[in-house]
Amino acid sequence: MKGLVFERSLPRFAASRLASALSGSGRGAGVSPLRLAELDPPALPGPEWLRVRPLLAGICGSDLSTVDGRSSRYFEDVVSFPFVPGHEVVGVVEGPSVPGGPEPDSRVVLQPVLGCEARGIDPPCPPCAAGEVGGCERVAFGHLAPGLQIGYCADTGGGWSSAGLVAHVSQVHGVPDALSDEDAVLVEPTACAVHAVLRARVAPGATVAVVGAGTLGLTFLASLRHLAGPGTVLVGAKHPLQRRLASELGADVVVAPDQLGRAVRLRSRSLEFSGHLSGGADVVADCVGSAESLAQSLAMVRPRGRVVLVGMPGTVHVDLASLWHREVELAGAYAYGTEDVDGTRRRTFDLAMEVVGRFGLGRLVSAAYPVERFEEAIAHAGAAGRRGAVKVVFELRPRARRGAAS
Amino acid sequence: MSPRPGFVLEVDRSTPPTLFWHGEGFRLERLPVGSRVLYGPEPVAALEDPVSAIRGALLEPLGDSEPLAALLRPGMKLTIAFDDVSLPLPPMRRPDVRQLVIEQVLECAAEAGVDDVVLVAALALHRRMTDAELRHALGDRVYDAFAPHGLLRQHDAEDPDDLVHLGTTDQGEEVEINRRAAESDLLVYVNINLVAMDGGHKSVATGLASYRSLRYHHNPRTMQHSRSFMDQERSELHSSNWRMGRLIARSGVRVFQIETTLNTDTFPEQFRFLQRREWEWTARDRAGFLASSKALERTPPRVARTIFHSIRAPHRMTSVQAGEVEAVHARTTANVYAQQLVAVEGQSDVLTMGLPYICPYNVNSIMNPILVACLGLGYFFNMYRGAPLVRAGGVLVLSHPTPWDFHPGHHPSYIDFFEQVLTESTDPVEVAKFEQAFATDPWYVHLYRTGHAYHGVHPFYMWYWCAHALEHLGAVIVVGGDRAAVRRLGFTPATTLADALEMASDVVGPDPSVLHLHSPPLALADVRP
Repeated sequence: MKGLVFERSLPRFAASRLASALSGSGRGAGVSPLRLAELDPPALPGPEWLRVRPLLAGICGSDLSTVDGRSSRYFEDVVSFPFVPGHEVVGVVEGPSVPGGPEPDSRVVLQPVLGCEARGIDPPCPPCAAGEVGGCERVAFGHLAPGLQIGYCADTGGGWSSAGLVAHVSQVHGVPDALSDEDAVLVEPTACAVHAVLRARVAPGATVAVVGAGTLGLTFLASLRHLAGPGTVLVGAKHPLQRRLASELGADVVVAPDQLGRAVRLRSRSLEFSGHLSGGADVVADCVGSAESLAQSLAMVRPRGRVVLVGMPGTVHVDLASLWHREVELAGAYAYGTEDVDGTRRRTFDLAMEVVGRFGLGRLVSAAYPVERFEEAIAHAGAAGRRGAVKVVFELRPRARRGAAS
Repeated sequence: MSPRPGFVLEVDRSTPPTLFWHGEGFRLERLPVGSRVLYGPEPVAALEDPVSAIRGALLEPLGDSEPLAALLRPGMKLTIAFDDVSLPLPPMRRPDVRQLVIEQVLECAAEAGVDDVVLVAALALHRRMTDAELRHALGDRVYDAFAPHGLLRQHDAEDPDDLVHLGTTDQGEEVEINRRAAESDLLVYVNINLVAMDGGHKSVATGLASYRSLRYHHNPRTMQHSRSFMDQERSELHSSNWRMGRLIARSGVRVFQIETTLNTDTFPEQFRFLQRREWEWTARDRAGFLASSKALERTPPRVARTIFHSIRAPHRMTSVQAGEVEAVHARTTANVYAQQLVAVEGQSDVLTMGLPYICPYNVNSIMNPILVACLGLGYFFNMYRGAPLVRAGGVLVLSHPTPWDFHPGHHPSYIDFFEQVLTESTDPVEVAKFEQAFATDPWYVHLYRTGHAYHGVHPFYMWYWCAHALEHLGAVIVVGGDRAAVRRLGFTPATTLADALEMASDVVGPDPSVLHLHSPPLALADVRP
């Protein structure tokens, strides 16, 4: 069975970094440590584990960073090689059932974070004990190889393989029949966005600016409309499809990225000094994760406002003087777990499925490739906006199943 | 030899290609046989001794005004307001008309022992002039005598301490103007009338007014009912200004109006081919055209812009009249008509025009897409009396590069208007819903008051200027423009004039009648439908 494997290879890592720097994101897949291989299904790590055969597996911004050789060195100790990438997965359960788990052949989406429960660590760390698995303190420990998620762990396999993956029973969520496979593959990124919206602590009527309108920006926007009561929502979107989708998903103002600061200034009736607004948006969601986007976010957030890092940043050089002077809160937003919504604890994935269903986010899936054409797929994902796409996925379904809503 | 009047040429097979302005460049276009080309009159003779003419006008005022000298006395408060950098176009060679007139007024004031004199640039909501621009308009002597002492001011339509509310017209229009001007014993207004729209009560009622006052006539409804605003008898813009001007007079503000007209000798020797009719081009004209065109092709746009904006026009004064506003303006208008009016029989299906690099609002600046629209649909479309040059439902074809480019210091609110308002609607009435937010935006107000920015509401006014044309026309096509910028304006881009005419025939039918408004020189069409 074919699958993609990411190996530890410094020369290929350097080559992919160079290629992506010269030719653009996703253009270095052919020379990267990623290769197509014949793979065997991974072994089950324990009795509470089950096998999942992927149907669709998304290509995420963090995957692109890895393939491009742009990932932060921070992740070196929470990744184990070789690993099969792919953590945005809708699949079907194969093999014997697990007590308390889904039935064989049922459709599931993967909650890929490998927290204490999956790692067999008992007692769990405080975040895991509180259901906040995204904050797990033991991602490099336990009976599994290091890996913060399935898709970065040598022991679990990943979504970019027809050989399948293994997941702890706590990591799978049944998919309602109302959601198509395309909807379902968007549940994991939407869960990230749901968590980010709740991390943003958007007050009713607040002005929210969203930097970037790729998958994260658009799912953030939909989640924002579902879970919060913002006032004006402004989105910086570079490409026509992104602009259209942002409007459809509830943005009040959609402008080119370089105009977002001006649009926020106009709405907040701010003045300007030193390249920053005197006032600004109450909340800015940086759904890009670059030095430029972070600097732009800091320039348009109001004093004592909040910037949420939704897109994954790496090493960035940013002037934080305004953050200090204006007492801006900078919050990271990673993954998911359980959330406090109106005083009730709810699983992030359940909320994400609501958002996906309400807004029909399966429409964000723009192209699907077999793993054999991984270079094309990754190049397409790297240039998604420019090529009129949002989410590019790997197609792992049998031909007969494709295009049929499940 | 007296200058030849304007006329309408019918294009035949022997007609040479016609010159079109195209921003900071030109195009020679072959119009279809049977097309008509409207040429303005040649520049009329200038006053041989403009200083004597000015003195004469001050001594023998029109209407019920006394001579200027009789209005001046020691201890009085005198304010001299003058038109800003938007006039004339291009800026004229030194000495500027304003310098000549103001020097004579100041001489009279000195002779009368008046020592409380303040000069005020009548900006309305335009950008503040730079020191160099003020020095150019007023001359070194006047500038050096007034500017260092704070006696050369620029009207600030956002300074609550320097505005005074004079009352409300019978149509409910609030009149609020510059306090210094209103509270002076005498307000002398020094005007340049380049086109028929300028001058009259509009000088004070607009040039020295606040946003609160201007919004009564700078709006889509007024513009749609000004047909055209170059024809004062059929211009709601002027009716409103006249009501306001009369209220200003009734409220006790004494205005001594000095109006000047210029001939259409617009470009210096190296560009003289622009002023000539193409079939009369000499070898030297052809060489000048070729040399300019070839050089401009190889010149970066920014450099070309600098070159063109350094042009100083050889305009010369053709008349000066002073005294009571309405009597003065009637004679001024007659003089403008004498220079610019051309009789045209019948409207056309398609009106073509080449747009130059300059309009009233981008002197020493960038002609952004909104200004392109305003120059074409606001100014040139409205250069008519009687009826528009193009029939209702007809097509306007503009030639201009229409770059997606803005001067961030001069036109900050234009950028936001282009990015955030025109993306919502291009209908002036719909667009007006965004006006308040821009007009009262504190950042735009700050930039207008302290920098060199047009007021936040100004791009709306530019768009309202287009309202009559937008209502009248079936389509607007821009030849050679930035396609994205043209589409943002709601217009249709075309690569060539031939393409544009073919596209126009989809709107107005096959074999359309075509009329080209040739400029320079400026012409005002007297159209008999």
